[in-house]
Amino acid sequence: MTTKTRLLLKFAGLTGALFLSLGVAAPQEARAELRIDITRGVVEPLPIAITSFAGSGGRDAQLGADISKVISADLERSGLFRPLDPRGFLQTPDQLRSGDPRYQDWKALGAQALVAGNTTTGGDGRMKVDFRLWDVAAGQYMHGLSYTASPQEWRRIAHIVADAIYKRLTGEDGYFDTRVVYVAESGPANVRKKQLAIMDQDSENHQFLTDGQTLVLTPRFSPTTQEITYMSYFNKKPRVYLFNIDTGRQEVLGDFPGMTFAPRFSPDGNRVVMSMARNGNTDIYTLDLRTRRQTQLTDSPGIDTGPSYSPDGQKIVFESDRGGTQQLYIMGADGSGVKRLSFGEGRYGTPVWSPRGDLIAFTRQRGSSFAIGVIRPDGTGERILSEGYHVEGPTWAPNGRVIMFFKDLPSGDGRGRNAKLYSIDITGANERRVSTPLDASDPAWSPLIP
Amino acid sequence: MRMKFLALAAVALLAACETAPKDANTGAATGTQSSIRPGSQEDLAVNVGDRVFFGLDRIDLSPEARATLDRQATWLQTYGSVTVTIEGHADERGTREYNLALGERRANSVKNYLAAKGISPNRVKVVSYGKEKPAVVGSTEAAWSQNRRGVTVVD
Repeated sequence: MTTKTRLLLKFAGLTGALFLSLGVAAPQEARAELRIDITRGVVEPLPIAITSFAGSGGRDAQLGADISKVISADLERSGLFRPLDPRGFLQTPDQLRSGDPRYQDWKALGAQALVAGNTTTGGDGRMKVDFRLWDVAAGQYMHGLSYTASPQEWRRIAHIVADAIYKRLTGEDGYFDTRVVYVAESGPANVRKKQLAIMDQDSENHQFLTDGQTLVLTPRFSPTTQEITYMSYFNKKPRVYLFNIDTGRQEVLGDFPGMTFAPRFSPDGNRVVMSMARNGNTDIYTLDLRTRRQTQLTDSPGIDTGPSYSPDGQKIVFESDRGGTQQLYIMGADGSGVKRLSFGEGRYGTPVWSPRGDLIAFTRQRGSSFAIGVIRPDGTGERILSEGYHVEGPTWAPNGRVIMFFKDLPSGDGRGRNAKLYSIDITGANERRVSTPLDASDPAWSPLIP
Repeated sequence: MRMKFLALAAVALLAACETAPKDANTGAATGTQSSIRPGSQEDLAVNVGDRVFFGLDRIDLSPEARATLDRQATWLQTYGSVTVTIEGHADERGTREYNLALGERRANSVKNYLAAKGISPNRVKVVSYGKEKPAVVGSTEAAWSQNRRGVTVVD
């Protein structure tokens, strides 16, 4: 079976498991008065009342309450919303189930938006979750959707509802129904145990994908979400591998005579671009996953690495020390027309093209500090988002609004490491620690789950 | 399509064998130079020098490094059946991917020097660990200078 058919089958399986019916609870959709402008630097979080999605039965009541908590937490973490304390709510979920809300009551609480929902389990054991969103100040209904899924999928449903609310109020796609793959770290710095791990973007449903016996680095999500490309030292031979999340199967990618590393998928998922180092020289290659054909894209005598495709697949940004120090360059996807992108003081590495195409995130090293920054593909608008002793490895949320990266700090006794994941808005606001059971590095954000 | 399935159980066993007896060995070997087997890693480390160090962001060999590699070349000529792997390393002050490439360059500097001294490239493999395996833990220049290294490891 070819790669493509396999992926298509998986896609079908997923959508089948999660049936989405649009607009079921949408009587008349009013023109939006309420809109968060997320393009400005610092946004005052929007006060939003999210009532319990509790259904009437005992189990539905618990599920519904849990779903509202996950929605609240997602929206709060984005930094764009301030969910209000439910203890102050004057209308019960029951009262909100039919008709218009008492807007005055919600206005008095300071709410600008109101969310209500309901959870019911049908005779077939499937769970139905619906929600409605109102603009409190304008006294208008804004949006409503209904979802049917297995009760085990309740977290995903909550993330999907949070994405719908985010999109309706910001005009941008959400990023809550996503996962993060990363490298979990433990043990002393000189014999560090590193294993692949995966979790939902809110740190839930955490699982280890490898057991730590083999050193693994730089996992990257496929645009199809069910496969990861990463680097492994299996048999002390550092090579780029493909990891199937569903089956756990691992497969070496390509037949290269030297070390392969720094892999990333093309936007269509059909190719992996990576570096190969041989005889002291590192160049960039692609591997076509269907034909297994290898193509060399660069041939400078320097170190060319960290390739990342533009979302249209036409260009590749990468880092190279061909000019003397590590800097960012852009070339055509066939290796043609190389142009230098970064000209700032210091060294620039780990470029990652935003899924929106408008920015490229990077790691900058200047003097004794590292920084995560963004720059436009035309070389203008360079900004630093986070700076520290050691910050590295940005990855984009699929909507291109949030970046995750890691900070690696010497531990208090100076003998170990203390690496943790962080997320930050591209405005530089709302930097937050992303919780992981062990130390963590090399995060990679998935696309929205299909 | 070539598939590689990771035999993790076997790797786990090997790792256990490698790490467990280490402490016991150190005690037994203390002060007994004669217990070092000629042509072994210990022989290379103790009597020849198994590693060379590099300057910040450098891949060229210092006079001191060349002297060490001259001794390694002589030693490798003495033990003609020994094959080695040069491990290239970088300090922690660089990005992960760049340091992997830098470690590979350093390992090749060592390999090329040994080749120039008559050691067949067929006997010398290279592997880069980038900044993943520091020899000295710590965030000081003293630690970093020990970690920018090429280590010759008997296969």
